[in-house]
Amino acid sequence: MNFELSKTAKQRQKLFHSVAENMMRPISHQYDEAEHTEPDDFFQAMWQATKANRMAESPSGDAAASNGAAASNGKSASNGKPSEATLVTAVQIEELSWGDCGLYLSIPNPGLGGAAVSAVGTPEQKQRYLKNFYDGEPKWGAMAITEPHFGSDSKQVATTAVRDGDDWVLNGTKIFCTAGQRALEKSDGFVVVWATLDKSKGRPAIKSFIVPAGTPGVTVDRVEDKMGIRASDTAVITLDNARIPFDNILGTPEIVEKGRAGFKGVMATFDATRPIVAASAIGVGRAALDFVKDKLAEDGIEIRYEADRHDMTVLEHEVIDMEAQLQAARLLTWRACWMMDRGERNSREASMAKAKAGLAVTKVTQKAVEILGPLGYSCQWLVEKWMRDAKINDIFEGTQQINLMIVARSVLGYSSSELN
Amino acid sequence: MIDFELNEEQQLIVETVRAFAAEVIRPAAHDADETQSIPQQLIDQAWELGLVQGSIPEAYGGYASQASALTGTLIAEGLAQGDLAIAAHILAPRLVVDAVLNAGSEEQKKEILPLYCKDRYVAGAAAVLEPRWDFSCNKMQTTAKCDGDDIVLNGEKCYVPLAKTAPYTVVYARGTDAPIEAYLLPAGTPGIEIGERESLMGLRALETYPVTLTDVRLPASAKLPGDASALLRRSRVAQSAMAVGVARASLDYSIEYAKEREAFGVKIAQKQAIAFMLAEMAIEVDAARLLNWEAAWSVDHDNDSSRKVALARGYTDNAVMMVTDNGVQVLGGHGFTRDHPVEMWARNGRGFAVIEGLASV
Repeated sequence: MNFELSKTAKQRQKLFHSVAENMMRPISHQYDEAEHTEPDDFFQAMWQATKANRMAESPSGDAAASNGAAASNGKSASNGKPSEATLVTAVQIEELSWGDCGLYLSIPNPGLGGAAVSAVGTPEQKQRYLKNFYDGEPKWGAMAITEPHFGSDSKQVATTAVRDGDDWVLNGTKIFCTAGQRALEKSDGFVVVWATLDKSKGRPAIKSFIVPAGTPGVTVDRVEDKMGIRASDTAVITLDNARIPFDNILGTPEIVEKGRAGFKGVMATFDATRPIVAASAIGVGRAALDFVKDKLAEDGIEIRYEADRHDMTVLEHEVIDMEAQLQAARLLTWRACWMMDRGERNSREASMAKAKAGLAVTKVTQKAVEILGPLGYSCQWLVEKWMRDAKINDIFEGTQQINLMIVARSVLGYSSSELN
Repeated sequence: MIDFELNEEQQLIVETVRAFAAEVIRPAAHDADETQSIPQQLIDQAWELGLVQGSIPEAYGGYASQASALTGTLIAEGLAQGDLAIAAHILAPRLVVDAVLNAGSEEQKKEILPLYCKDRYVAGAAAVLEPRWDFSCNKMQTTAKCDGDDIVLNGEKCYVPLAKTAPYTVVYARGTDAPIEAYLLPAGTPGIEIGERESLMGLRALETYPVTLTDVRLPASAKLPGDASALLRRSRVAQSAMAVGVARASLDYSIEYAKEREAFGVKIAQKQAIAFMLAEMAIEVDAARLLNWEAAWSVDHDNDSSRKVALARGYTDNAVMMVTDNGVQVLGGHGFTRDHPVEMWARNGRGFAVIEGLASV
């Protein structure tokens, strides 16, 4: 057992912390205030930097994707040592989110759409959409699942996909699509859209389709005005007889009624992405905690970890609790990542991590504003922004309640029909 | 790199302890709590597992190959999952052994450690708490003062386990050189007064006593020269591990009950209120366990351990109370009776936040 980060992990942590501090924090407030503007310099800088580091090392999508694909066989690094790719990704993302969660989510990247292509795409699809992703100008990949009438209940997909000769024709509306506008309108990117071949057939008929920028019939209606992560564009997309090549379907066009293997495959990618979102949440929480401790230290207030209960000030109690909550979330997250890296199924652990992290960061950031009084509440400091940024982490990529449901089913050994 | 895997030897220890806790300790737990006593045979059987001797290096008569705070944590967690009071009794010798191993002089090690390598159980004890609602380790009122070549101890201690049968008690006092110092007190030293056995909310099968020290005179060599605060840290790691074990017991029992008990036409586990409660309990057990493993590891590697142990301890104290309280809740009215162990686990669960010196790693 070992609780020390590897040398590699520490190096990456340092590097990404530097990006967070030097490239993100200075523009954090600006892009929070000026929602719906484009931090182009930041995009260019990140694009150039990540061009050099492909596949396993880029933030968000790719490492999760490649690990998602490797989930069943425990990918090893070339030196024969066990992989730590997912864990290192989590460490990196914690740093970037410490910098600015909205900007992190905005980094030009294949994203969740790319993760899907990487996990279940054919070699030809990967070639077309991923291989040259980092060529040319910044690009985004995105994933569009949610529709106005559902979020958690993802089998309710009503967007349709109908075969028409060599094409699919898609009709429907998608909402809450992160990077959807940048993927479809601001770059030569793509969105992976969930659509159904036959709504009466439920889950087995739901497939994913690669919808590239420039597809006729695809419109970005608007981007949401949000509580937080304002630098990230959250798009409403309409598909009105949108036409894509037949080959753009991910996985089989067959409706395999019994197996549900396709749907399960997609759900398995959530096992890879949930710990990463948890890591992002922890980064935001840590930003708030670090800030509180720095402010207290400026006034000569030190946290005495070993003070006795009755000697501790209220402040010490609160800060210590914040710190313990975050560390608990962090260890649960690292455990889920570690299992992924060993090729172990980690659905329970991934959902535990996400549930804990979402809750912890919400409480930690709310407490930070409370502790810092009138200045905490003011927009002069970033701490109120972190509270606004934090909340989404308990909602997207599986709400707190859905993740508790997954944990509950797992510990009880219940199927979704037995517990819902 | 970050790694949560137990090595082979640790896995063997965990399995051995788990089996003993499930097959021997747990069946005895209810009666032990009701009668406030533990069968000697059980203690003897536990002694044969070598959990104490296994932490003592060969040089002193033991067979330690892998003594570490982490191993001790795994042991404490596993035993406590069977029963807390019984686990504390079984591990009481380590209150002395771990103190001498980690803070003792060579002479002290040679004199004391072999006593705990015999083929029979020998008790140990630690005196930390004092009978005040606002007891503080950092402001102890038990004092150790120099008088010539001797040390003189004065003060009142409480919650001293096995005070009547332990040949040695490690007494923690406000010392001559530091706010917390530790002394080896042999049983029978003049000035020791052991009061009537205490009655506590939980831990009822464990014999604990108030001990009053009036001008108790010890040679200077009775002082443990090492860092007594570090010893208290080891005791907190052990306690937190036991808390995880108790919480785990409550979680497992509640899950089983909820899957059997029916209401409104389904098993109560199929209702979200109960299912979510169990999910939250499961998350807290795992979170507390991982935090405490990290704390134990940090003691073994001298890696920011004072902060990490403090964080783990505080978190676990709250987690075990939440989990064990929910355990009663899941069982409803039945949980409130002493037919089921959940109320005992909740009574035990409250203790962790107030107790020091219950066990050691």
